[in-house]
Amino acid sequence: MIVTILDVVIAGLLMGGIYALIAMGLSLQYGVARVLNIAHGEFIMIGAFITWSLYTIVGINPLVSLAICGPIVFIIGFILYRTIFTRLRDASASPAAFEGSSMLACFGLLFIIQNVAILIWGADIKGYSYLAFPVNFAGTVFAANRLLTLVFALFIGSVFYLFLARTRLGKGIRAAAQDPAAAGLMGVNIKQVLALCFGFGALMAGFGGTLISMSYNIQPTMGLEYTVIAFIVIVLGGLGSIPGSFIGGLLLGLVGSIVTHIEPGLSLVAYYIIFMLLLLAKPTGILGK
Amino acid sequence: MDIIKAVSKKPFELGFLLFILIVLATLPLYAPEYAVVLLTSILMYIIITVSWTMFSGPTGYISLAPAAFFGIGVYTSALLALVLPLPVVIGIGGLAGFCLALLVGALTLRLRGIYFVMFTFGLVELLLHFILWWEVNISGTTGRVVPTVANATVYYILLIIFSLLMLTTYLLRNSKFGIALQSIGEFEEAAAHRGINVNVLKTIIFAISALFMGAAGAIMATRWTYIDPKIAFNPLISFMPVLMAIFGGIRYLYGPVIGAAFFAYVEEFLITRFPYHYMLIFGVIMLVAILYMPDGLVGLIQKLWKRTSGETDAVT
Repeated sequence: MIVTILDVVIAGLLMGGIYALIAMGLSLQYGVARVLNIAHGEFIMIGAFITWSLYTIVGINPLVSLAICGPIVFIIGFILYRTIFTRLRDASASPAAFEGSSMLACFGLLFIIQNVAILIWGADIKGYSYLAFPVNFAGTVFAANRLLTLVFALFIGSVFYLFLARTRLGKGIRAAAQDPAAAGLMGVNIKQVLALCFGFGALMAGFGGTLISMSYNIQPTMGLEYTVIAFIVIVLGGLGSIPGSFIGGLLLGLVGSIVTHIEPGLSLVAYYIIFMLLLLAKPTGILGK
Repeated sequence: MDIIKAVSKKPFELGFLLFILIVLATLPLYAPEYAVVLLTSILMYIIITVSWTMFSGPTGYISLAPAAFFGIGVYTSALLALVLPLPVVIGIGGLAGFCLALLVGALTLRLRGIYFVMFTFGLVELLLHFILWWEVNISGTTGRVVPTVANATVYYILLIIFSLLMLTTYLLRNSKFGIALQSIGEFEEAAAHRGINVNVLKTIIFAISALFMGAAGAIMATRWTYIDPKIAFNPLISFMPVLMAIFGGIRYLYGPVIGAAFFAYVEEFLITRFPYHYMLIFGVIMLVAILYMPDGLVGLIQKLWKRTSGETDAVT
């Protein structure tokens, strides 16, 4: 019995670590840059496929790929914000209008990125085996790559939180989240900071993609599912709250693991029911103001 | 009343519309089969887009639930088409969409902006995964077969739904309810203070728009013959009307019609010639439309028209 509970809890945390990481990225993009990025999962997919290519073709260790994928996806995100979203932001009459039009632009990006990926890598499911040996942990057994995924997700998440909390740039980002206009008057280069935020959001997605590819199968259409999960997590944790996304991600992982243990096909259904109940009962989330 | 007023004011425009309707109605008599099939899919997109715009256009609430209402219609057809006559099935399909929207509308009254978008999108995925699980684990089927109907019948039924929809949209736009809906989109609190029952109005218009989507889904199911939850609740059905309406021009009566007709034709054209690139080209068109044509195709044409002829803005 205790072993079963431990089994379920650890499996939940392993999944939750990835959820937390990708949700933090989305939270940054929506909470600060005000872009409801429907294409978030596509950045995850890019990260996963670059890692897969580097491992199967060149033989580069996936952990090294973290340092390669991250910057690539960051640059893509940064350039996209400077070209598309800055323009939309300037043309929009109100923040609400920008939210609407930027979300629609993200739909366009979703189609473009997904289909470019299908052209490059084909539509098939892909995967590779890396550190797939079993590890015993207090009577439960897990693949080593999953544990490694959790460790890295927690590490990246903490480093990022410290970056936001302790550095000067982090302070600028938090200021921009509270009030972009006032932050601009205080000397924050607002366009640059918003673009950086979008880039950092993509960076987290890229890291997430690399970690996902280590223990799960990947395919070019995988993005939307992760995007939806990331949405559920940021609503659960409170829109725009980075610690909230982190805790929310782990929580949702746990819920998923419990439901999967009881009735395997229903974990996604359970996510949506939680999501919808939450939107109705407390749309500001567990840590929201 | 409104119709009589409109006839006396715009006899030419009404005559032109009647002419188009007659051409469309007699089309299966002389046009090749392919034209009818093509027009069927164009009509389907027009119906979904116009009914989406009926609610989301004036209020500014971006609903990503069309796939849910359409899918409920498709599934009604899959369950009942073998036992009930077609018109009844379509009626029930529309009613199913209506009831679902009524429920969703009543639940989401308090949600605004991005929360509403996310809730409606979650609804589609919830229905898809729940019905998928139900089919696999409870009823033990993975797909269902719908009896086929003659192409011309499908076409005529869609044409009837389309005509009813356009009439409803036109009457709504020119009624006090249409103006009330518009004022909700501009400033919801102010609209409520003016004595508009904001929540009831939003819910009812949302449900009426879902009625048409459900009915369209019920008849389109007969075209596909094989139905499973992933076909019925395809999220693309939710994204397309948003894209089509914005591309055509969300503020104009004919904008969504033109946007949907254009895209449905482009889709057909691209699928046959560039089967591997068409979604990519779609994405590019969408981005360009949002970046450079905020008022849509109709808005762009009117702007050009104004520049060349110096006339004032035509109210459509």
